[in-house]
Amino acid sequence: MRTPRLLALVAAAAATVPLAACGDSGDGDGAATGASDKITVDASDTECKVASSESAAGTVTFTIANKGAKVTEFYVYAPGDRVMGEVENIAPGLSRDLIVELTAGTYETACKPGMIGKGIRNGFKVSGSAAALTEDAKLGQATTDYQRYVKSQTGALIEKTTEFVNAIKAGDAEKAKALFPVARTYWERIEPVAEIFGDLDPQIDGREGDQEPGQEFTGFHKLEKDLWVTKDISKSGPMADRLLTDVQKIVDEANKATLSPVQLANGAKELLDEVATGKITGEEDRYSHTDLWDFAANVEGSQAAIAALRPALEEKDAALVKTLDERFASTEAALEKHRSGDGWKLHNELSQADLKVLSDEINALAEPISKVAGLVAGK
Amino acid sequence: MQVQRRKVIGLAGAGVLGVAAAGAVGLQVTGDEKTTPVASTSDAIAFFGERQAGIVTPAQDRLHFVAFDVITKDRAALVGMLESWTAAAARMTAGLDAGTIGAVGGIPESPPDDTGEALGLPPSGLTLTIGFGASLFAKFGLGEKKPAALADLPKFPGDAIDPAISGGDICVQACAHDPQVAVHAVRNLARIGMGVVSVRWSQLGFGRTSSTSTTQATPRNLFGFKDGTANLKAEEPALLDEHLWVRPGDGPDWMTGGSYLVTRKIRMIVETWDRTSLLEQETIVGRSKGEGAPLSGTQEFDEPDFTAVDGEGEPKIAKVSHVRLAHPTENNGARLLRRGYNFVDGSDGLGRLNAGLFFIAFQRDPRRQFVPIQTNLARHDVMNEYLRHVSSGLFACPPGLRAADDFWGRSLFA
Repeated sequence: MRTPRLLALVAAAAATVPLAACGDSGDGDGAATGASDKITVDASDTECKVASSESAAGTVTFTIANKGAKVTEFYVYAPGDRVMGEVENIAPGLSRDLIVELTAGTYETACKPGMIGKGIRNGFKVSGSAAALTEDAKLGQATTDYQRYVKSQTGALIEKTTEFVNAIKAGDAEKAKALFPVARTYWERIEPVAEIFGDLDPQIDGREGDQEPGQEFTGFHKLEKDLWVTKDISKSGPMADRLLTDVQKIVDEANKATLSPVQLANGAKELLDEVATGKITGEEDRYSHTDLWDFAANVEGSQAAIAALRPALEEKDAALVKTLDERFASTEAALEKHRSGDGWKLHNELSQADLKVLSDEINALAEPISKVAGLVAGK
Repeated sequence: MQVQRRKVIGLAGAGVLGVAAAGAVGLQVTGDEKTTPVASTSDAIAFFGERQAGIVTPAQDRLHFVAFDVITKDRAALVGMLESWTAAAARMTAGLDAGTIGAVGGIPESPPDDTGEALGLPPSGLTLTIGFGASLFAKFGLGEKKPAALADLPKFPGDAIDPAISGGDICVQACAHDPQVAVHAVRNLARIGMGVVSVRWSQLGFGRTSSTSTTQATPRNLFGFKDGTANLKAEEPALLDEHLWVRPGDGPDWMTGGSYLVTRKIRMIVETWDRTSLLEQETIVGRSKGEGAPLSGTQEFDEPDFTAVDGEGEPKIAKVSHVRLAHPTENNGARLLRRGYNFVDGSDGLGRLNAGLFFIAFQRDPRRQFVPIQTNLARHDVMNEYLRHVSSGLFACPPGLRAADDFWGRSLFA
């Protein structure tokens, strides 16, 4: 009989919440963290009594008891009302926990009786240098390093997309065809970052048929169809301009965003999942069959994210790092067999047996990578 | 019922004890002919024991059979995976999650170490049986340990074998009374094996087409005939020793107590069969469709009399009938323990059922058993008009694991 084992978990889960997140212990008997560390908040319809107005940097747990008659919420804001953590929908009589990681600085707490307005606010000061944002300096460094990678890729993405767009507008189909997989390389390396901005990703990289009713088929794959299927780019200029505008938007957003270490780890896995579902099957670049360019880029992007996390991972599980090194090398070697000139063979030039080998490689790599997020989050 | 389930968890959690408790159930079934089956279809079947479970275990209703190719050259990685598989198999057959953390046990950022679709389901009589194909021995320089009996099957007349759904380095036969439980087991083994093995092919089956125990009623195949009437049965230990289990001196020691597994995916052209007259169907099979009696007798278990003739002097059981051609008297006394399953893989695009029999047979030596029997059938059986053999496999299944610290393949890789 398989029985869900939840007991040990509650503790583990609450202890591993990364960055700002709400730890919800329901009725407030939170088994997770030591009660002595908690800052109690007595919320009523008119008051928000926070037991302490300061804390040392690191993980801070608020226990909010709603003693009023209205449903309430509790927030921690950084300057500019940036939400560091929130717990919503605390019904009268209930008590909830909010676990939030805070670095040194000044913050505000807020109770929102009736869940409306700016709420009843109090200052909250955090001092000292925390053991870490999510535990240690190595993880902090990982996000910085990966951010640098994103910046380098977005720079090339804009450059190559511009060249691609210009070739289309100049009516130079051959040049545009050659640039298509190259521009996409930079996109595919950082795709999980792009996917954070949900409204732009489908516009830039949506495949035909994925649109909701009323939504237009745009972006890379529309131009791919013009180039390879319709073979008419005389009217593709506006669509190309639109792609460039969208890419510029996402580049600006991506350079502003900072990913958490857990997002980085998940990104590394998601890139391989992209390969396993879309590239192996040839669905992604169904008109040009340039899927192996995307394949290689996804693997490289995944490797970059893991490389950023590497110092932290070495400390936590050196054997896993060794496995990942071996599997990345093995995947690269398998892919290398399909190199053609400066690029790659077309998807439709590969046999089913070739694809099976590549699929096995990706599964073999993605399985250990799926453990990284847990390691990063775990203490 | 709930109390029993909890008991299973507690015992299995304690390790070998749980297995021993479940083992008692299996022993009762195989040990005493008069005992009616005590195991309900939801109970656990012992994983550890002298023999691998899933061979003489009374055939469960559902099958998920999978063949893997080993994709690493790293022997230690393969051995490590086989150890992990064994631990997972011991857990899953006891009705537990594949991993120690479980489907919902771990930290939220990690994928669970069990896929979860069997949460809340009982063990459902799950057995997992492993076999090693000839190709594995070549890959790992195990030539000396390769049994002569593991020689490639010959091409039989009329074979239409598709290599993509044949062979494989390692097979796992998952049988259970609930398809969800069998699929769950195969899926978790495949997941654990990623990077070391790759699924080559797999096959789902339903409706066991054999009885491996006298306690079981004889089921029917998709031709509508009872199948497995004259099968080797768990309650015939002397016959099993003669025909099923590999004996000392038969081949390499690591196979002593094991058995050889032949699989054949046999597509049945059911649409043409269905417009064949009852008389012709029965003549082809050599048994009556209703009772399953040989055409020389009246009861299912009547011994066929191949000398019996009708009023016109013709044999009552035709020379080219399936029952005659497959009978031990026509094949130097060779017998098999069959435990095949019906399959329907949807339709074939021409509106025909893509259906048939996933034939599974265990034996002491395929060279003296399956090969001559199938040769005889392939040459003469009029049923062939309605059959296509599309996949084939041969695997060496070692004896059982006797202790919890043993693992699948240890005798081979030691």
